[in-house]
Amino acid sequence: RSFPERSESHLIFVGLQKIKEDVPSKNKKSQFVSISKNYRSVIRACMEELQQNAGKRHMTHIVSILLAIELIWNLCEVLFIDAAPAGSLLLHLLDWVRLHKSDVDARAREVLQSDSPAHHQSYWDVVISLVLQGRVDEARQVLSKQASLRAESSSVFKRMDVLLHTMPIFNPTGTQTLTEFDVKWRHWHEECDRCLQDNTFASNRHLETICKILVGDEDTILEQKELLSTWYHFLVTRLLFTHPTIKPPDLHYYAQSSMSMFLGLRASPEPLDIILLSAFEFDLHQVIKDCSIALNNWWFVAHLTDLLDHCKLLQSHNLHFGSNLREFLVLEYASGLFTHHSLWQLAVDYFDHCPEFGRVYLELQIERVPLDTERKAIKVLRICEDRQMSEQVRSICKIMAKRALRNNRLGSALSWSIRAKDAAFATLISERFLQDYCNKGSFTDLDLLDNLGPAMLLSDRLTFLGKYREFHRLYGENRFSEAAKLLLSLMTAKIAPRSLWMTLLTDALPLLEQKEVKTQTTHALQSHFTLDEDIESTKTELLRLALARNLAMAIVKEGTIET
Amino acid sequence: MFVAKSIAADHKDLIHDVSYDFHGRRMATCSSDQSVKVWDKGDDGEWRCTASWKTHSGSVWRVTWAHPEFGQVLASCSFDRTAAVWEEIVGESNDKQRGQSHWIKRTTLVDSRTSVTDVKFAPKHMGLMLTTCSADGVVRIYEAPDVMNLSQWSLQHEISCKLSCSCISWNPSSSRAHPPMIAVGRDDSNVTYSGKVQIYEYNENTRKYAKAETLMTVTDPVHDITFAPNLGRSFHVLAIATKDVRIFKLVPLRRESANSSGPTKFEVQVMAQFDSHNSQVWRVSWNITSTLLASSGDDGCVRLWKANYMDNWKCTGILRGDGSPVNGSGHAAPLSAVGVPGAAQMLVGATSAGRKKAQLMPG
Repeated sequence: RSFPERSESHLIFVGLQKIKEDVPSKNKKSQFVSISKNYRSVIRACMEELQQNAGKRHMTHIVSILLAIELIWNLCEVLFIDAAPAGSLLLHLLDWVRLHKSDVDARAREVLQSDSPAHHQSYWDVVISLVLQGRVDEARQVLSKQASLRAESSSVFKRMDVLLHTMPIFNPTGTQTLTEFDVKWRHWHEECDRCLQDNTFASNRHLETICKILVGDEDTILEQKELLSTWYHFLVTRLLFTHPTIKPPDLHYYAQSSMSMFLGLRASPEPLDIILLSAFEFDLHQVIKDCSIALNNWWFVAHLTDLLDHCKLLQSHNLHFGSNLREFLVLEYASGLFTHHSLWQLAVDYFDHCPEFGRVYLELQIERVPLDTERKAIKVLRICEDRQMSEQVRSICKIMAKRALRNNRLGSALSWSIRAKDAAFATLISERFLQDYCNKGSFTDLDLLDNLGPAMLLSDRLTFLGKYREFHRLYGENRFSEAAKLLLSLMTAKIAPRSLWMTLLTDALPLLEQKEVKTQTTHALQSHFTLDEDIESTKTELLRLALARNLAMAIVKEGTIET
Repeated sequence: MFVAKSIAADHKDLIHDVSYDFHGRRMATCSSDQSVKVWDKGDDGEWRCTASWKTHSGSVWRVTWAHPEFGQVLASCSFDRTAAVWEEIVGESNDKQRGQSHWIKRTTLVDSRTSVTDVKFAPKHMGLMLTTCSADGVVRIYEAPDVMNLSQWSLQHEISCKLSCSCISWNPSSSRAHPPMIAVGRDDSNVTYSGKVQIYEYNENTRKYAKAETLMTVTDPVHDITFAPNLGRSFHVLAIATKDVRIFKLVPLRRESANSSGPTKFEVQVMAQFDSHNSQVWRVSWNITSTLLASSGDDGCVRLWKANYMDNWKCTGILRGDGSPVNGSGHAAPLSAVGVPGAAQMLVGATSAGRKKAQLMPG
């Protein structure tokens, strides 16, 4: 699986962290709601993708988990993030129920598109389902199919149509206050009740049932168990027809009783039911805790808790460990990401936004990322360098240097040692280079050696290596006097290793023959060589001869110029 | 979620230890068949044996990897009273094609008079240092002064714990706030010296290791011991495999005066104790961030332990040695080794007769 939701949610997460503290809270709330919706659309996208692969058994299990996650998240958005007040609260809950009971639309379509909708076997189920969801206009539309058929009973249907049509629905953006709405609603409610008392719908048991529902008769609503299918649908329907102005704090009582009534004595609540109940009870802590246990999905609890923390909800719920809880969950999620061969890079951003332990977690995890290729190693390094994780930088470079050395890739080993600022290792590798030169007579990795720059100063041996290569380059370009000066400076600075003095002399010999080399330089070189006792005697003799000859020539030359 | 994968190890006798390398891509197993095997994880996720060789003249009890900064280096210890250091050499091209590599012995440490029961490298910030413990109760700390020359090791310290030692663990913390610290577990049955876990600390002034603490409440033979990775906290966490699983918190107490010598005093707290294995626990192993502890025991199960944000420890998973879930039926073989290199990978080696294979369980 390509985990698109991981990278998408990563982007949402990072965006959320960037929301500034000083933005006024009203604007922030709409931003948070928007972010919540973004997260939910990621879940839905993931579900859709999985459902396309339907047929694989374990996929349906994952899809059902995602459904549960989206359900819970949506409810949390309604109750906590959007925090709808009385009036809007019920409307949001209705939306929530409608979103998660989508089979009604399919059935409705099936009925309406049939030859004779009113005679379709699901006809009344559809009407009642629509009423249960408060979709009165749609219910009226389906009912109208019936009314056109039986002229003699049309007055009954007209009556029902009026009831449905006049059902007050609170408009949060309108001018009507909640109290005014409540008054209106009670009047309507009384009207529905009067119809029942008058046996208006006695001739049609279906319409009678609908009227009972409108009146909020709990037994009747409960009889529609199959159509409701869940206790929380029952809860919302019940509230719609008995208490549409419900206030958030009163929610939990109805939730508890709805669940008991719906499940009855035989069935016991599932973990999902408990989680939803905790949400209705506004017990955020319990919701997060139960989600962590039941769902075994760090992605969900980490992102949700993070969002709730940004809404300052964890603190207001009096959890003194609020931000610790958020950080704990985000760390868990990100740690899980780190084990993935490509997703680990997303984890870095999560750790960056965990102020207490994020850095140390990142330090510990990142040094364990397998350094399969140079490219991957550089990627890892960049992350460490950006965060001044100097020990990790050094360690990774050292590991790469050591590996290169094992495989005899001296140039690579040297590059890595320089990057590690490991003077001792750089010295060791420089000596290998020099050994190689002595054995083969030429340097490898010329590009690297010619472009060491200030890195050359890391160790004496490395400096010598760089300068010695430069000496050879100058010589090759016939720039003898510069070459000689360089050789002289190498010997003066005493950074030439003893083991190479013979080699240096051998290099120096032809130089001394060159006319361009000034007397001064020659003298100086000569003095260096004659002071050394280790040199083989034959070569020394040769040298002395060459030096003497050159000196003679130089004197002659200078003498000639002067005169 | 854990998925079990079985690898036929082809050891000819019991497997005693299993060890992941630093990056979790290589694995070493050792056995009573006197050999060590090295396994490499390919790009396809499959484990292949890339080396198998005789290492000792007795059962090999433990095998451990050095930090990759020192190269590809292994250490093993055995009933034959020795510990050995091995280095992988880059082979010929036809070896690479066959997927084989060669390991050569760099040194044998022969100081012990009895079976060497554990071998561990010290944290890398201490240099290249190797530690062994033996059945005669001596802990030895060796150092390779030249990290490029693995054949030269010098014995730097000998710590006498008096009675048979079974396991050692270095505190991985490189913080300058605490000196080097090593925990030693004993498996003797002596009643007088009943505290079977001892903590030793290095003293800068005396340049020696001195005993800092004995865990008196651990009175049963200890089979394994491991410090948790340090998250920058001032206290230390130590997991112990004995008749049950125990997690201790060691809180350094502040010194009375800046000049007070002697080892640090600790307040010892029990963070958790689990007897769910209901039998001897043989191995304990932490994940990288010390958020997960794995234990294996004679009940044939591997159990995973996790703390929530309130520091309450709970079991988050149980796996049988044959990889089957705990509810299913299946022969339960005692388990002796668990290695947990990361949050994802976990390894179990079964030791009972007839089950000489390693199970790999990637998360």
